[in-house]
Amino acid sequence: MNLASTTDPMVPAPWTVRDVRTETYDTRTLTLAPAGGARGPYRPGQFSMLWVFGVGELPISISGDPDAGDRLIYTVRSVGKATRSLVSASPGDTIGVRGPFGTAWPLDAARNKDVLVVAGGIGLAPLRGVIYQVLNHAHEYDRLFVLYGARTPRDVLYPKELRAWAKRPGVQVLTTVDAGRRTWRGRVGVVTTLFPHVDLRPERTVAMVCGPEIMMRFVARDLVARGMAPGDVHLSMERNMKCAVGFCGHCQWGPHFICRDGPVFPYGTIRPLLDRHEL
Amino acid sequence: MADRPQAVLARDAIGALIEALDRRGFEVIGPVVRDGAIGLDHVERLEDLPAGWTDEQEAGRYRLMRRADDALFGYAVGPHSWKRYLHPPDVRLWAAERENGKVTLVAQASPPERRLAFLGVRACDLAAIGVQDRVLLGGPFRDAVYGGRRDGVFIVAVQCGRSASTCFCTSMGTGPAASGGFDLALTELGGRFLVEVGSEAGAAVLGELTTAPATDEIRGEARRAVEAAAAEQTRAMNTGGIRERLHAAFDHPRWEQVAERCLTCGNCTMVCPTCFCTTVEDTTDVTGGHAERWRRWDSCFTTAFSYIHGGSVRTSGKARYRQWLTHKLASWIDQFGTSGCVGCGRCIAWCPVGIDITEEARALGEG
Amino acid sequence: MVESLERFIAEHKFFAGMRPEHIALLVGCASNVRFGAGAYLFREGGDANDFYLIRHGRVALEVFAPQRQPLVVGTVEEGDVLGWSWLVPPHVWRFHGRAMDTTVAIALDGRCLRTKCDEHTDLGYELLKRFTGIMVQRLEATRLQLIDIYSAAP
Repeated sequence: MNLASTTDPMVPAPWTVRDVRTETYDTRTLTLAPAGGARGPYRPGQFSMLWVFGVGELPISISGDPDAGDRLIYTVRSVGKATRSLVSASPGDTIGVRGPFGTAWPLDAARNKDVLVVAGGIGLAPLRGVIYQVLNHAHEYDRLFVLYGARTPRDVLYPKELRAWAKRPGVQVLTTVDAGRRTWRGRVGVVTTLFPHVDLRPERTVAMVCGPEIMMRFVARDLVARGMAPGDVHLSMERNMKCAVGFCGHCQWGPHFICRDGPVFPYGTIRPLLDRHEL
Repeated sequence: MADRPQAVLARDAIGALIEALDRRGFEVIGPVVRDGAIGLDHVERLEDLPAGWTDEQEAGRYRLMRRADDALFGYAVGPHSWKRYLHPPDVRLWAAERENGKVTLVAQASPPERRLAFLGVRACDLAAIGVQDRVLLGGPFRDAVYGGRRDGVFIVAVQCGRSASTCFCTSMGTGPAASGGFDLALTELGGRFLVEVGSEAGAAVLGELTTAPATDEIRGEARRAVEAAAAEQTRAMNTGGIRERLHAAFDHPRWEQVAERCLTCGNCTMVCPTCFCTTVEDTTDVTGGHAERWRRWDSCFTTAFSYIHGGSVRTSGKARYRQWLTHKLASWIDQFGTSGCVGCGRCIAWCPVGIDITEEARALGEG
Repeated sequence: MVESLERFIAEHKFFAGMRPEHIALLVGCASNVRFGAGAYLFREGGDANDFYLIRHGRVALEVFAPQRQPLVVGTVEEGDVLGWSWLVPPHVWRFHGRAMDTTVAIALDGRCLRTKCDEHTDLGYELLKRFTGIMVQRLEATRLQLIDIYSAAP
């Protein structure tokens, strides 16, 4: 595609699949390289619109390390036709990329504070960039907590990295599953059951939460009950997206365009909206 | 208004106006009688205009009626609005070819060959164009399709001498007088027109026409005509604090009541001059070698609009009607600093069951 | 040993705010216990006459069903309180409790405590308040598990 010269945000740029890694039975990670030119900057929390020729386009969070090289990395769970075609990509395939779009996780606000990452299911993917940044610039942050909940042990994402992160000084990683077999040596219970095991200093913490909306709602409520200010808890919201640039209207949630005012929002800003059914 | 140069045109000068615009390379869009309504289409001569026609409108009702005279602009508004031309219903954004795994872009959206001239823009529709300007050009991204068509549009506004019963622009502060944003503005007074110049481009075009001076008597007649149109309006929207009232009304029982009537047909979103929602469709041919991306009008009234992860967020009709109304009258203010409603009344007339936005807003605003 | 038991119970966050004379009553019903990895603290259907304060290790709550592998429905670990069936008739355990690792805990004798609560109803009220809090948390967490929030389709 000779599209690189265009600045029209509705036209994708061509990227090439360099690597496809199987994470779980339904989830793969794609590594893309730019077909021409360099990768521009992005911040963890932002997303791209990925286009598969002849199939369609969908929003996927970027889950790589923005400081590392010129690749774009996406972890995709196969749940429908478009995601199925993405996870079926092979090295050498062309994927159209638009973006990055949206608001980012507030790493600046977390300087010199504890960073609390709470992830559920595939929600760990949009937060992985935060973990990389905090570990790469460890002197700029205080402690790092990674609390991760998945459905079953088969669904746990990035298990090797979780183990590696746990070994770093100043880092605590707690993982739990909703249900497990005997072979699972870890915790069983929803992710909110992990909170009593974290030495939380609520006034010196910035929390970043990503997962199913119900999970984020319960987590945010719990964190505020434990003394965190609603402005220090951040959620990544999701709605139907078509254009990603605030024109098609699909991603509206109350007064917000999630593609433009989000996907990352401070809990304080969106708290009343979370309880509104069918908003 | 007194500052602007004014003149008087004879009736057939309107035909000359159309020709002058055509000579300057504009495609002139104006009102025409079509399919039992006054719509918008390409016009070439005076005879194309809906002389002697008017519209009778009520909730869920629109009828074309014959006038006693042959006024050219003796109606209010029809089902079409200028967004058909600035924000078209179907646009191909780009096309791409794939051969041997290599993908190439072959076509991109380009502006229409001829610039557009709009003849007969009501004050409410002028306001609506301004509202869409803000949505599509005023944000961090610029809508290339809208921008390409909007640039250089020549606007001939028409002041209203009457209101339909569905009009409520007075309460919305958008009319019936058009006070700016046009190149020329016409007020039809019997067989002649008072014309106001709104821009240098307007002055240049007017310069090609035969005019007579505007007298105080004619200016007074024009003023009284617009005042009569304003006085005629029976419907009104109370805009004071409407943003807060609607945001607080999420669980109001009125939504259930209106949901029992609403068919979620989406007519209101199609006739509304400010509704801008679109969908993006990626298509391919049978060989899989040719792909296109199209942008089409969409409506928040469909269940597909909010579909995500195997289900829709707004499954009930109640939730979808609430989304439309709350966005139009409240969230729009949060997003763009103005109301999304210009009081044109089209949604009231074209709703098959006659739901009245002013009535719903009133009921929802009450505790 | 009794002294360290008393200090552990007095300082445990579950009993925070209780009066010293109540703490003393609790200590009178307390003992140290230890389970090797794989050992059962209790089995489903067995008499429930204890509750545990886990000092070290992890316990899996398990349920068995025919044709299925044993399923772990919850885990408790250091700092957690385990067991409320001693409070609620008919005083039987609802699940199996199996030590996943070597587990050290304080066991509080339910029969002993029930007698003391009958005599000292204010002690009973204090314990009920705290156990109700735990049950609410577990119930909420269990409901979240039930709705299977991570499944692909709603």
